Amino acid sequence: MNWITNYVKPKIDSLFSRRDVPENLWRKCDDCGTMLFHRELSDNLMVCTQCGHHMAITPRERFAALFDGGVFTEVKVPEPVADPLHFRDQKKYPDRMKAAQKSTGEKEAMLVAEGEIGRTPIVAAAQDFSFMGGSMGMYVGNAIIAAAERAVKLGRPLILFSAAGGARMQEGILSLMQMPRTTVAVEMLKEAGLPYIVVLTHPTTGGVTASYAMLGDVHIAEPNALICFAGPRVIEQTIREKLPEGFQRAEYLLDHGMLDRVTPRTEMREELITITRMLLGLPPAVKGDLPAPQPEPAGKKKPAKEKPAE
Amino acid sequence: MNYLEFEKPLAEIEGKAEELRALARANEEMDVEQEAAALDKKAADLLRDLYKNLSPWRKCQVARHPDRPHCRDYIEALFTEYTPLAGDRNFADDHAVMGGLARLGDRPIMVIGHEKGHDTKTRIERNFGMARPEGYRKAIRLMELADKFKLPVITLVDTPGAYPGKGAEERGQSEAIARSTQKCLEIGVPLISVIIGEGGSGGAVAFATANRVAMLEHSVYSVISPEGCASILWKDAEKMREAAEALRLTAQDLKKLGVIDQIIDEPLGGAQRGRKAAIASVGKALEAMLAEFDGKDRKALIKDRREKFLKMGAKGLAA
Repeated sequence: MNWITNYVKPKIDSLFSRRDVPENLWRKCDDCGTMLFHRELSDNLMVCTQCGHHMAITPRERFAALFDGGVFTEVKVPEPVADPLHFRDQKKYPDRMKAAQKSTGEKEAMLVAEGEIGRTPIVAAAQDFSFMGGSMGMYVGNAIIAAAERAVKLGRPLILFSAAGGARMQEGILSLMQMPRTTVAVEMLKEAGLPYIVVLTHPTTGGVTASYAMLGDVHIAEPNALICFAGPRVIEQTIREKLPEGFQRAEYLLDHGMLDRVTPRTEMREELITITRMLLGLPPAVKGDLPAPQPEPAGKKKPAKEKPAE
Repeated sequence: MNYLEFEKPLAEIEGKAEELRALARANEEMDVEQEAAALDKKAADLLRDLYKNLSPWRKCQVARHPDRPHCRDYIEALFTEYTPLAGDRNFADDHAVMGGLARLGDRPIMVIGHEKGHDTKTRIERNFGMARPEGYRKAIRLMELADKFKLPVITLVDTPGAYPGKGAEERGQSEAIARSTQKCLEIGVPLISVIIGEGGSGGAVAFATANRVAMLEHSVYSVISPEGCASILWKDAEKMREAAEALRLTAQDLKKLGVIDQIIDEPLGGAQRGRKAAIASVGKALEAMLAEFDGKDRKALIKDRREKFLKMGAKGLAA
């Protein structure tokens, strides 16, 4: 007990604690390790400004950047029975759900919305990998069916962004049954003659890849996204050999004929507008008639500026 | 006869009875019939007890029993004029999937199924019933052929799942499974499916998106193997008993959930102990299920299938 411990140390501590910055201001790129300022990163759609690595983006952020002026309306998804199997592993399924809802602020692993992109009315659905690995259970199945039904009703194309570890094991066989159920949704669009475009994002694996994610009219993937049925670890264990570099990544799938295109996220919106408008027989989108950019999307203007020159 | 782990006590009793009888055969004046008969009765009682209430994990073991009749056995016994058709017209013929034209009674049909093989050589040849993309693409081709000539399709499902291999991934396993499921939903002929052993994940769905799905009493149908589920959710593959319990993969639970339409009874001790009887019950069930769709047109058949899957899962298990 003296002057040093009673006075100097608290003073020094308080100096340091005051210099603590809020944790979420800076984010380290998962790939190259560069520290990125959060605003710059979100303006660039969570793509590293240094190395172009694509980090996860939430469905809401994605839709805000996708739809004209960031305006969209959510499509209501019918609620499924909660915890249909009374599943319990080390934790109870309802507890896992609550934890996921709390950490993401979302109700479930898929968001469905309608709105316009480049003045082209569409319905879009995006899967949320941060919500229990984006896993496909009854809700995700219902969401895709609701999206397809809405698209058919309004006569609009459906653009789906996939991101999932696969089926939701906590719903057992019912999660497996989402493979045929979501395929029925794809059938509805096919019959109505409406475009169904799948954007495969990192990662898209398991039963999701083996159903609606591989049944699109056009398959576009984000760079370096892992896309597979059986994951690389399972395969390595089965065949006991090292897998080649880039195995099951978007570029590898493009080489093997499973994808139409690999497109960076920052160029995705323009490309989706171009493709949907051609498939719908609409004239090209005239960039000038887009609503003036809202104050927030500063990152979007980069790709937008380069293109309308021609 | 192969005994499963939980059948060990049964193996002992049956072994003793067999030994006694062997002794008697070698030694004419010995009369062991009474003792042997007592052992037989004991064995029969034990068998009934064991199979009365099989736990989900034990059901998995029975479903994988090597002596269980496999696809080939059903095809040979139930159909006449079976004419295998091969190849996906693209890359290869997958031996894990067998299929072709056949007659059920007088009726020509298309049969497609997973075949696991019955000894080391055939198991390797059949890749343990794990199809590669070519298998699903062969199935798609056969379904299209059946659709074109208005033949009902019967699928027999018995697979641990799709094959996790490098080539299978490179050749678009996911797409092949997705297209096969889609083809199941699109054909304008009746599609009837029976899960005769293991209904493993996507590999099973690709064949079993049917108008009617029946399961043998001790077969299983699941999104993931109990071992796989245990290693992911429990981080311990040895917790497969708990996982099997939680996954609700038995025919009985799936019937309650409305995922399957019918359970086909197996003889006491499982299909492996009464192969003929099991095969005959499957035959009867197939005829009955097919008869339900007599006279239905394309549209009605497709609609029936779609609505069935759209409605599925509306109710969970009762608490």
